[in-house]
Amino acid sequence: MTVDAAGLVVESITVRVSGATLVDGAGFDAPRGAVTALLGPNGAGKSTLLRAIAGVGGGAERAASRGVTFEGDDLLALPRRERACRVALVEQEASTELPLTVRAVVALGRTPFEAAFGGRDPDADGVIERAMATAGVTTFADRELPSLSGGERQRVMLARALAQQPRLLLLDEPTNHLDVAAQLDVLAVLQQLAAAGTTVVAALHDLSSAAAHADAVVVLAHGRVVAAGPTAETLTPELIRKVYGIDARWMTNPLTGRPLLAVARA
Amino acid sequence: MTARARPWIWGAALGAALLLSIAVATTIGPAPLSIPDVVGSVLAHLGIGQSPLDALHDGIVWQLRLPRVLTAAAVGAGLALVGGVMQALTRNQLADPYLLGLSSGASLGAVCVLLLGLTLFGLPLLPPVAAFGGAILALLATLGLASSLGRITPTRTVLAGVAVSSLAAAITSFVIFWAASGDSYRDVLNWLLGSLAGARWPQVAIALGAVIVIGVPLAFSGRALDAFAFGDTTAASLGFSVSRVRWGLLVASALLTGALVSVSGSIGFVGLVLPHAVRLVVGPGNRALLPLSALVGGVFLIWADTLARTVFDPRELPVGIVTALLGAPVFALLLARRRSEA
Repeated sequence: MTVDAAGLVVESITVRVSGATLVDGAGFDAPRGAVTALLGPNGAGKSTLLRAIAGVGGGAERAASRGVTFEGDDLLALPRRERACRVALVEQEASTELPLTVRAVVALGRTPFEAAFGGRDPDADGVIERAMATAGVTTFADRELPSLSGGERQRVMLARALAQQPRLLLLDEPTNHLDVAAQLDVLAVLQQLAAAGTTVVAALHDLSSAAAHADAVVVLAHGRVVAAGPTAETLTPELIRKVYGIDARWMTNPLTGRPLLAVARA
Repeated sequence: MTARARPWIWGAALGAALLLSIAVATTIGPAPLSIPDVVGSVLAHLGIGQSPLDALHDGIVWQLRLPRVLTAAAVGAGLALVGGVMQALTRNQLADPYLLGLSSGASLGAVCVLLLGLTLFGLPLLPPVAAFGGAILALLATLGLASSLGRITPTRTVLAGVAVSSLAAAITSFVIFWAASGDSYRDVLNWLLGSLAGARWPQVAIALGAVIVIGVPLAFSGRALDAFAFGDTTAASLGFSVSRVRWGLLVASALLTGALVSVSGSIGFVGLVLPHAVRLVVGPGNRALLPLSALVGGVFLIWADTLARTVFDPRELPVGIVTALLGAPVFALLLARRRSEA
């Protein structure tokens, strides 16, 4: 992990929705080629912050963003389509009633790379196949989306984002609907992507999986960043008690030898 | 690409079917002609060779039948295309080209000219001009009402369209009740039910021109509409400017519909039913659906209009009656088939 190489740098983002301030001057760095977990209790502003970074805040959201750069470039000054070629967002709930096949949904990820009229990009098929394989959806590639379980659908959305071949991958609760085995698979995929150079920022509910799989954490509370930095140094028992109101202790997972965060109601 | 769809093969087959339909439908009518006669006559008018027909039959082909068949093809293609776009844009399976009050507005405009002799600055208005004007006024009223409800969303737009449609239809009925007599009823019915009986080369120019200028770009908007299927945030994260794309498609659809309604009146069921039928064959992806719907729409309306002008010869039915008689049972079958699949 090379913390000094500029990944995502956010100087300050503020998002208001009809008077309420959901994200309040949030600023942090997410190192290049690392998994950064965005933590915080429900309503802390994780999803809103991710949308603002991606520049896709819809509806009534009014975002004021300053100094959002990725690998040195002003992210929000890029044309939408160019940004879509570098940044992908996996939403928490993205569904449709259209009975599109898995393959067709994943192919949507190639949209920003296509010419305005007509031609697909030449390497589309290969990229789509690899994205499906990485996300583990190849076995049901020709099934229609509504026939899939929540967890399968979530992995399809990950595959769609991977088809964008993003340098920066933003994910909102990517393990939400998944069973334990599938959660571990997805987190392992994120770590592989990071090892290959992708900057990954994922909002996570589960402190323990963040502790075990994230290189760095950003902790949000009431729309503000209350702590940010390398996982083990930042996620102190004191901070966790302050933010979540629970007791926590660092241990070692006897199965993996990796750090394990044990938690209990205070 | 996908397992159940081979869009290119369908596209080529339907393109061939469209050309063949144009040629065959032009031969059908009270004066029997052959395909070589028709092709020879058309080529002669394009400056290639000599027409094999005498002046009378040549006139039937070039002045009457061909313009009518071409108008039917363009109107059918445009309506089916706009129907598919509106269904995707509003995420509403019942959406059709007239959703925003366009047909009611156009009918009101046409009826005002036909029955009340409405003029503009003292100049007489042609019914198609008044119909187009009425359609655009209805669209503006719909969008104005929708925006007065707050931020414009697809649902609000549809609701506002229903309100504007009802009002325009009520005023139209009032005008007919008040002013129609004798022969004028027939003219009015042609507008309300949709008819291609008056189609000559100016109508071809309007309908075909609108389909080429507005319809062709719309037919290639499928990938944007597919991205919209997952909501605005996903569409934006794939690089689309959400509000610009949505309003661009809406306004383009409205202008195309307005142009079509101005030449044919409001022909129902084409825009509602045909995209559903095409979906059954090639799947729900809009990329293949929109161009194929347009081709199917062209073929369908050519044959519906051929029926309308020949079945009760020498009397003519408004083609809108034929499309409704064919479209309603087909729609019911589609619903039944979907239910058995579900």
